[in-house]
Amino acid sequence: MTKEPAPRRLGRFIGLDARPVNLDGFSKEDQEAGLVAFASANDPEPSVEVDADGRITELDGVPEAGFDPIDAFIAAHGIDAAVAEEAGSLDDVEFARLIVDPGTPRADVVRLARGATPAKLARVVALLRPVELQMAISKMRVRRTPSSQAHVTNRLDDPLLLAADAATAVAFGFREVETTVPVNGDAPSNALAVLVGSQVGAGGALTQCSVEEAMELELALHGLTTYAETVSVYGTEGAFLDGDDTPWSKAFLCAAYASRGLKMRVTSGGGAEALMGAAEGKSMFYLESRCVALARAMGAQGVQNGGIDAASVVGSVPGGMRELLAENLLVMLRDLESCSGNDALVSESDVRRTAHTVPLFLAGSDFLFSGFGSILRYDNMFGPSNFNGEDLDDFLVLQRDWDVDGALRPVTEERMREVRERAARAAQAVYRELGLAEFGDEHVDEVVVAEGSKDITPPDPQAVLSAADAILQKDIGILDVVRALARTGFEEEAARVLAMGRARVAGDYLQTAAIFDEQMNVLSKVTDPNDYQGPGTGYEVSPARRDQMAGIRQQRSRVDLLARHAAGPGLAAAPLATEVCGGVTGTTGGTTGGTTGGTTGGTTGGTTGGTTANEAITSPTALFRLIERGVALPGADPREVCVGVSPAFATQLWLTMSGLPVAEALRQIVAGIEKEGCVARLVRLRSTFDLGIIGLTAAQLAGSGIGVGLQAKGTAVINRRDLPPLACLELLSVAPLLTTEMYRALGFNAARYARGLQPEPVRNPYTEQAIEARYHAEVVALVAVEREACVPGAPPVDLEMVE
Amino acid sequence: MTPSPAGDPPTCRALSGRPLDEITLKAAVHGDLSPADLRVHPQTLRHQADVAEEHGNPQLGENLRRAAELTALADGEVLAIYEALRPGRATGAELAAIAGRLEAADAPLCAALVREAAVVYERRAAHRVDRREAP
Repeated sequence: MTKEPAPRRLGRFIGLDARPVNLDGFSKEDQEAGLVAFASANDPEPSVEVDADGRITELDGVPEAGFDPIDAFIAAHGIDAAVAEEAGSLDDVEFARLIVDPGTPRADVVRLARGATPAKLARVVALLRPVELQMAISKMRVRRTPSSQAHVTNRLDDPLLLAADAATAVAFGFREVETTVPVNGDAPSNALAVLVGSQVGAGGALTQCSVEEAMELELALHGLTTYAETVSVYGTEGAFLDGDDTPWSKAFLCAAYASRGLKMRVTSGGGAEALMGAAEGKSMFYLESRCVALARAMGAQGVQNGGIDAASVVGSVPGGMRELLAENLLVMLRDLESCSGNDALVSESDVRRTAHTVPLFLAGSDFLFSGFGSILRYDNMFGPSNFNGEDLDDFLVLQRDWDVDGALRPVTEERMREVRERAARAAQAVYRELGLAEFGDEHVDEVVVAEGSKDITPPDPQAVLSAADAILQKDIGILDVVRALARTGFEEEAARVLAMGRARVAGDYLQTAAIFDEQMNVLSKVTDPNDYQGPGTGYEVSPARRDQMAGIRQQRSRVDLLARHAAGPGLAAAPLATEVCGGVTGTTGGTTGGTTGGTTGGTTGGTTGGTTANEAITSPTALFRLIERGVALPGADPREVCVGVSPAFATQLWLTMSGLPVAEALRQIVAGIEKEGCVARLVRLRSTFDLGIIGLTAAQLAGSGIGVGLQAKGTAVINRRDLPPLACLELLSVAPLLTTEMYRALGFNAARYARGLQPEPVRNPYTEQAIEARYHAEVVALVAVEREACVPGAPPVDLEMVE
Repeated sequence: MTPSPAGDPPTCRALSGRPLDEITLKAAVHGDLSPADLRVHPQTLRHQADVAEEHGNPQLGENLRRAAELTALADGEVLAIYEALRPGRATGAELAAIAGRLEAADAPLCAALVREAAVVYERRAAHRVDRREAP
């Protein structure tokens, strides 16, 4: 039997297959496996029955006798019986509109949601389109001021690096710092190191160490952490039991944390049940709605969801990204703090992972990230976050692009060095003072400059582990840390760590969505409630904050961008550029006045005569000068090719966009013209810097009728005197990529046209890079100089090039 | 402390009774402070519960009232009760005993939570059953 040869694969598909997005897994919807985002046929119809005593006797189609533990807990604690009937009978679309409508006060929606069952709220929120979700989130999030959380971990559990990276995170503006361990036994040491580092540079950042529930509680009881988050809840009984907890054990845990004055939130997040094979055929969103209702019922002040560990399970199904965003809204509707995920890398594709984060980022949240990986991807022991240390500049730029407060701020290298060193030294001192471990000064030095743990000499793993053991055995707590810091000269940090202890005594940060600002003011539902009610209301970026967000270190003023032109004519010869220090930048006036009126009788082809030389470009240090020789008139020599330059060419601007001295570009064009046996004549256009007009005017002045136009930024054109202004023979438009060879070839071709030949055009260099993004800011600066140098009505003048 | 329409709380004190404004760096360095000086007082938690309820979250209020009860318990006791409430750890009788002890320790809300758990665990067979066999 002959086999048909397989048809050749199409190149377009081979190429697409190799794109990063195709490393992601995409699931067909599968209700039985729980692989459906919003609506499974197995999701119950919303229902609620309340008896005469206000007891909930039926919840989402299940009578009391059939309640599973989650139903039972929600029914007992989570539904406001007084509102249940009203919420239950409200039309889904009507309810959805109330959620989105800026004119409906947030409090009204919260009141209704108190009576809504999990199935009801899931059905209502599922109706919202992405932009409606964003509108609703803007209105419904609890705290007015947005904030963010950082992951601070490393592969080695190196305490000094943890401290330095915690301080770095705080410098960037994160108000919660979450650590965890690759080696379980290291947990107490990590908690201590992050506590110390988090109070360097500014006070008030909350810290936690995410480990097994009982250990996490123990660290909190020692005072080594200031909040807790890894209190997981699930939407089915099976998943809950697999997580080794029940709603009652978790509720008890909530009270246990609060009893020691600690803020805590629970963790849920769609897809977890499907991942554990325990979705019971329900949709992810319905199960998440149960989790959030349960969190409220337990008395937790907040929920971390919308892109946690199982985020990629949600992302694999249709509508998954919308589901993740909608999870955050569920939390806000229950009037709880939203710690909004973006916690797990959801895609290998930069496009796709960014698209996951941006909608929430634009809408704003109590915590935009429940773990921005403030360290490098490889050091993130939670696994990479959706944004990581590598993306910090991207994020700062996004904030600036959108005028949206993403809760971060730019950090200078100087500032980062300062806080990293201080934090590493503080951790070194505390570990030494408490007899936990000894780290040398060279280790501090390595840590300060390290990008990540791969840049440092690994500490003895036993040293970290025994430090961790010692912390538990010696029963080291927050007071020991305070004393150790104070005794070793870190009084400021000692006072800040103590302030975190005092905060537990005061208890104000137990209220919903509480954070401390850097002056230790509590911002929470009570002190800083979200008051968004449409345009002109809610959180506003203050002018000072806007300046801070705008002030990224990559920002340049026009003066900055023009600084490299300051060497002036000294830049005429590239090799000598560093030796010659010009000083002629500011002398603009050169081309005006003198040449305009009096010298009309002057000759064309470069005679000397009585014209005024331009003083601005005859500085004694100049290696290259263009001396003006009077008003240019049309030439007669058929071999004459005219090269027109722009007003600021070699008067204020000395380098092309490709970094070539303007003189060199001009020399190459002239050399190309002469190589083909023609004569180059130089003129300056003074009334315009428009390249088309420069080229056309040069052509009209040239005896051959062929002209070359050259702007100071390096863009060049060949024109013929009979062409319309916007037409040309050849154009080299991509100035940043132009080389000496291209300018020479352009001059050569101009001469070929002059001789009536048909040369092969010089090809514009091509790049697929975002070259405009890279250079357009500089173009604006250069063009502004050219425009200022223009003298309206001034005729073109002949130039003599003097080396 | 958070201002409350219900009236200002009494002077904020630590669990030890020490007023908040005496919890200073100087006191810490001199060794005058003990861990109980950085522990929250049940009265403070009840005040925060009032604030939470005034701001429309009775569940958070309830949680903070349970927390106020737990301030009297040692860390080890708290950890032990949490452990007993996890699936399959304690029999109904053991849970009832814990509830009784909580009741006696003036922790009625926590006792009620444990009793409520015991009822559901009984029905769903979540106590002392291999959890893979649980329904």
